Amino acid sequence: MKVVVCCKRVPPTDARIKVASDGSGIDEEGVQFVLNPYDEFAVEEAVKLKEAGKAEEVIVVGVGPADTAAVLKNALAMGADRAVLVKDDAGYRDPLSIARALADAIGAEEGVGLVLCGRQSVDQQSLAVGPMLATIAGMGCVMDVVKVEVGDGTASVHREAEGRSEDIEVKLPAVLTAQRGLNEPRYAKLKEILKAKKKPFAEREFDFGEPRATIEKLSPPPERQAGKIVGDGPGAVPELVKLLRDEAKVL
Amino acid sequence: MADTKVLVFCEVQRGRFKKGSLEALSEAKRIVGKAGGGSVVAVAVGNGVGDIAGELKAYGPDRVIVCAPDWLEGYNGEAHGRIVAEIAKSEAPTAILVTATLDGKDLAPRVAAALGVTIATDCTAIDSDGDGRLSVVRPVYAGKAYATIKIADTPQVVSLRPNSVPVAEAEGAAAVETVEPSFGAGDLRYTVKAVNAAKTEKADLTEADRVVSGGRGLKGPEHFSILEELAETIGATVGASRAVVDAGWRPHADQIGQTGKTIAPTLYLGFGISGAIQHLAGMSTSKCIVAVNKDPEAPIFKAADYGIVGDLFEVVPALTEELKKLQADG
Ligand SMILES: Cc1cc2nc3c(=O)[nH]c(=O)nc-3n(C[C@H](O)[C@H](O)[C@H](O)COP(=O)(O)OP(=O)(O)OC[C@H]3O[C@@H](n4cnc5c(N)ncnc54)[C@H](O)[C@@H]3O)c2cc1C
Ligand SMILES: Nc1ncnc2c1ncn2[C@@H]1O[C@H](COP(=O)(O)O)[C@@H](O)[C@H]1O
Repeated sequence: MKVVVCCKRVPPTDARIKVASDGSGIDEEGVQFVLNPYDEFAVEEAVKLKEAGKAEEVIVVGVGPADTAAVLKNALAMGADRAVLVKDDAGYRDPLSIARALADAIGAEEGVGLVLCGRQSVDQQSLAVGPMLATIAGMGCVMDVVKVEVGDGTASVHREAEGRSEDIEVKLPAVLTAQRGLNEPRYAKLKEILKAKKKPFAEREFDFGEPRATIEKLSPPPERQAGKIVGDGPGAVPELVKLLRDEAKVL
Repeated sequence: MADTKVLVFCEVQRGRFKKGSLEALSEAKRIVGKAGGGSVVAVAVGNGVGDIAGELKAYGPDRVIVCAPDWLEGYNGEAHGRIVAEIAKSEAPTAILVTATLDGKDLAPRVAAALGVTIATDCTAIDSDGDGRLSVVRPVYAGKAYATIKIADTPQVVSLRPNSVPVAEAEGAAAVETVEPSFGAGDLRYTVKAVNAAKTEKADLTEADRVVSGGRGLKGPEHFSILEELAETIGATVGASRAVVDAGWRPHADQIGQTGKTIAPTLYLGFGISGAIQHLAGMSTSKCIVAVNKDPEAPIFKAADYGIVGDLFEVVPALTEELKKLQADG
């Protein structure tokens, strides 16, 4: 079977985010985009499946502007076989539209047994594209997966949920979203990075139609009032409790 | 507009409706109120929910729809998603609200995609107009920016971060209606083989009203007992920084932050946590933040409402004592 991994380009998690002055998006000047950290888990898992002889081919697919190519090439350097970029220059794209574009690209492939996504993108953090894609493609979907074993026509997975964990058996083809803990993504070696440059890289178009949702404005986080240092050491505790009770009214 | 109709998925855990679902129900009432009329439909799914569905009436839904097939024990995203989508198809609401717990985050996108509409997840505020059209605010880039989003699709599907909007009781004379799914357990693409549930009555981290959180400053897993005791005193749930989780001192499920849980409790108390940007991403929407750190320059003090500079091993026991005293005094 083939394994598809959905890869998004995002600002690094420790990047400073500056909202563009017109509030339409972020100021991308100087931002070094990276492969979404959760998508790294997904790529790693796919490459491992290939190494274990469970997958024939690993295809990475990304929707985004031209420079998404760089993170797709990262994924190729990690061991994926080829990449597909669905070009999209919209600054903001809603989760269903991204899922539709991905489903369209995946639909063009034959013999896809597994689609791996990250649990969330660290920019839009919708936690939505994976399950939406699965629903559109008519596949099963298990989210927040920390362990995967591919069997014959099914996969056994372990997932983390709120206050519980679950063992799930899902029929293939299926979409799984990767949670931290699934694996330790490898660093690409220089040799692999060079090799990745020669791997097949295709571009696709998708007709997104009218926007389904728009960003009216992007704002910096609301300012918190400057906090107060109540004091030093355990001596400050009575005053703190008094403030929490009488001023903050949270006790 | 009188044809404003908000459908609210009401989540059940351990035989009780989640507080976040009651918040969503209350928000739905506000949306309908602003639209000058319309209706709120509460939906509950799963074996046994019929027994408790009546509790929802206190929050004012016009109708309560229950789907409780005996084969649906516990949460199954695919089954729950298909059932809610079926109900939504026949009800044709203008909006669907879900609480953004982990199950809610799992469910809502499946429902939206089945209806062919998009979604805005984990919203911290909702505004609506006289036509029941929503404008939602959601933190993005790990809380480093807030996006105000307008959804063009109908229904407008939104998940709401727990603890973001108030619960309000309201008059409601709703009768409980029962529906059956069009499919059975055998039609599902996935089955839950085993569930390992945490044996606790504590509120889940994402929904807890109070959180006590520990960082590397605790120096070892054995010292978390002092935080447990503090948490016990004020009915809080214990969380942790990633450094602590990576060190294996606490389970991954306890991690707060960008790559852990997002929380918005009324009170967050952080001990021996430096306040890295990725940690702040998970807790900066808390209403009141208290930090205890021996380093006066620790970045967490910039995010905190109140801070104590000092050794947590001295401050935590003193705080627990003081809070016990406060409770004894009533
Ligand atoms: C991609 C990525 C994702 C990440 N995601 C997360 C995440 O989701 N959540 C998260 O928390 N982190 C996350 N991190 C890690 C984050 O950057 C920090 O490394 C981590 O939060 C630090 O944890 P800490 O505050 O417990 O430890 P430290 O930074 O080591 O801080 C310990 C603090 O304890 C104080 N201290 C020590 N002894 C005492 C004492 N006796 N009394 C009082 N104070 C004391 C010190 O002054 C110090 O400030 C992520 C990092 C990356 C790169
Ligand atoms: N533009 C995109 N291109 C490719 N994959 C994406 C894109 N957006 C989201 N995804 C995938 O969906 C996952 C969840 O993203 P999100 O729903 O935005 O939190 C990501 O980890 C990716 O695997």
